[in-house]
Amino acid sequence: MTGLACKNLDLSIACKQVVHGLDLDLAPGQYWGLMGANGIGKTTLMKCMAGLVAPDRGAVLLDGKPLAAMPRREVAKSIGMLQQHTVYVFDASVLQTALTGRHPHLSRWQNESPEDLHKAQDAIAQVSLAGMESRSVTSLSGGEARRLAFATLLVQDPTIMLLDEPSNHLDLKHQVLIMSTIGNAVYAGRRLAMAATHDVNLAACFCSHVLMLFGEGEWSAGPAPEMFTRARLQKLYQCPVEMIETPAGRRFHPSFEALSN
Amino acid sequence: MLPTTSRSVLLTALVLLSVVSMLFASFAGSVAMSPGAWSSALLNPDSPDGALLWQLRLPRALAAWVVGAMLALAGCLMQVLLRNPLADPYILGVSGGAAFAALAGMTLGVAAALVPVLALLGAFASILIVFGLARGSGPWSGTRLLLTGVVTAAGWAALISMVLATGSDNSLRGMLFWLMGDFSYASLPVWAVAALLLGLALTLGMARSLNVLAMGETTASLLGESTRKLLWFLYALASLLTAAAVAVAGTIGFVGLIVPHLVRLVTGSDHRLLIPASALFGGSFLVFSDTLARTVMAPRQLPVGVVTALLGVPLFLVLLNRARIRSPDA
Repeated sequence: MTGLACKNLDLSIACKQVVHGLDLDLAPGQYWGLMGANGIGKTTLMKCMAGLVAPDRGAVLLDGKPLAAMPRREVAKSIGMLQQHTVYVFDASVLQTALTGRHPHLSRWQNESPEDLHKAQDAIAQVSLAGMESRSVTSLSGGEARRLAFATLLVQDPTIMLLDEPSNHLDLKHQVLIMSTIGNAVYAGRRLAMAATHDVNLAACFCSHVLMLFGEGEWSAGPAPEMFTRARLQKLYQCPVEMIETPAGRRFHPSFEALSN
Repeated sequence: MLPTTSRSVLLTALVLLSVVSMLFASFAGSVAMSPGAWSSALLNPDSPDGALLWQLRLPRALAAWVVGAMLALAGCLMQVLLRNPLADPYILGVSGGAAFAALAGMTLGVAAALVPVLALLGAFASILIVFGLARGSGPWSGTRLLLTGVVTAAGWAALISMVLATGSDNSLRGMLFWLMGDFSYASLPVWAVAALLLGLALTLGMARSLNVLAMGETTASLLGESTRKLLWFLYALASLLTAAAVAVAGTIGFVGLIVPHLVRLVTGSDHRLLIPASALFGGSFLVFSDTLARTVMAPRQLPVGVVTALLGVPLFLVLLNRARIRSPDA
């Protein structure tokens, strides 16, 4: 079983404490939402969990082994991350870009196999970019580039997926599509995912667990139904929040009246 | 991405182009030769015409091919290193250091055979200066490397101007030729061939890593690369290839910038194809250019850098324009 754990983690960026003493066990079959105000350090925490940023204290463990001691290629076979921004500078085709997801799985002189090609084509179809395989990535719109980056992550096929605002730049249909694709990989495929998001309702629909960052290193984590309360969200965003009970569960929105007064 | 068969066809065609460029270089020259005389000279290295071919024209053509391939390869690497399709092998000051040392040597009247050695030393000095100043201890910063390199290059340019301004009039012509690239006195040292072969082997071995790196440093790390190490390795490799090329024939412009671009228009940016194709095309391109440089105004010779630019500019603009017409949304 592949799992990711944070042990007594202290992390800061530019003299700002992101988390203090974070202890967290993430197990397969769990879909974590990572929530917090702008600039609180969600991206930095994810990068730390992917082994790209070193913590001040404590460790991130992959299957019980400290991430810092593992070669990057080994990490990349298990942990993949969708970055917040995707900018393609060099002119490559959509298919070729999706195929780069196989990079950590291939040795130096090995080329992609026909199965790899199938994987890439499947992933491209899954994010509804089918038919655009030979398009240049520099000609994609923001939302299409985003979906291609997600397809590349699917091709990489890691057991642990870290996603930095996966629904950013996407229209409503594709917001739900990407969140449910991740959910499907987690719940049916026994993967593990953590998605940073500002969309409370998408997270409430799809996530099983939530980690909230309140600033100054303060954090709180638990199963989603316990975490999504009006009081917690008001504290999280420093903003009045209204809650609506629906047959499908709780939904939240900022209290527009209170804010505009 | 091109299918496998088109890839083989393209590479075979480029190998043939290289052979054709060599034959053209051995045929054309200020000593006119009939096709019959040429073919018998080619087969008899000991005849007078054979000696002209085998001891003058072909070694020079081979030197041009190796330098062209090295510059094209260095250009590919530099463009990925700086993640900028406009980067060329000279942008980080390697050629500036080489040129200053070579020109200073010429002013002081050192033997012609020592000029390449001085150029090589100057290039190494520049590489070390830029590396030392840009490295720092923080994360990799492409901007910092670029700024350090560009400013160092500007410093070298000032020193070169100073040497040119204060040098004697009779050495000026030789210096200008060196600055624009010249194969008249070029001999092909074994180490340059070895540098090219080693550089090619190393680059082909990391071709897929370059594809990933072209998508950004963080992306490359997330896909399993030790990015910092890879980037400094790229810097060292691209700089050493440039240093070797410049030491052989001076600072030939344009090849390192234009060839990877021209090839990319055809191959796309998969480095597994781009790298061998660029090296082959860069070599052929420079052999053709050098042959024209010594024949167009024969018996007078032009600096080869003039020809690479005069050939490359229109060729590039035409191809760029056609590529835009083909894909209007790009």
